Amino acid sequence: MTSEQIKEILKTKKVGIAGCGGLGSNCAAALVRAGVVNLVIVDFDVVEESNLNRQFYFFDQVGLKKSPTLKENLLRINRGLDITVHDLRVTTGNVESLFGSCDVLVEAFDLADQKAMLIETVLDRMPEMPLVVGLGLAGWGRNEMIHYRRMGNIYICGDEISEVTEELPPLAPRVGIVACMQANTVVEILLK
Amino acid sequence: MKITLNNNFAKFTQETLTVRELLQERNYTFKMLVIKINGVLVKKADYDTALVKDGDDVTVLHLISGG
Repeated sequence: MTSEQIKEILKTKKVGIAGCGGLGSNCAAALVRAGVVNLVIVDFDVVEESNLNRQFYFFDQVGLKKSPTLKENLLRINRGLDITVHDLRVTTGNVESLFGSCDVLVEAFDLADQKAMLIETVLDRMPEMPLVVGLGLAGWGRNEMIHYRRMGNIYICGDEISEVTEELPPLAPRVGIVACMQANTVVEILLK
Repeated sequence: MKITLNNNFAKFTQETLTVRELLQERNYTFKMLVIKINGVLVKKADYDTALVKDGDDVTVLHLISGG
């Protein structure tokens, strides 16, 4: 497939991004650069200075709401994007209405219980929806541990072991690897 | 019984196990798990009643924070 053929296919698809932190913001940027035009991005949070070590925001954006700010940053890559923004918390009750129109959904939450909530809700209510999960990305190095596996319609990217702690913080390189692995998986699903 | 556990072959002396018994057998102590038997989600409330039997394909996903 040529670059033009890929863009022709990708512009007919829609991708949901649940969480606009380290995984979601970087995954969305990679998808937009690859040619994805239609996105639904959801987050309730605000950009903090501590986020700038890995998330796709800038110093002058500290204090702003993440989801509309991410939209602004993505539009600086491609002015022709069609992005739906929701500044709210994803819950069991709104997953279907938020992401029902998407072809693929990216799980990009921070906390384990939020990840569990989304996976369980998708398996229960939208079993046909491909869900690309980021799991295990804290720290640095250890490239050989990062992997990809599929569990039905759940696609898992990460090392599945490295949880964020005080001594093992999330840093741009390793978070970025997993976020781009998620984007790579989304592109593969969409081009199939 | 013989089952597939996370894509690996696994053998147990018991004929059947509940999901909770299976987790104990394998020393899974994690709190945040998503479990599927033959592709079907097992809800947490059903861990004591859902049965794993010979030939089943069981997948266990352990969720950890970071994103």
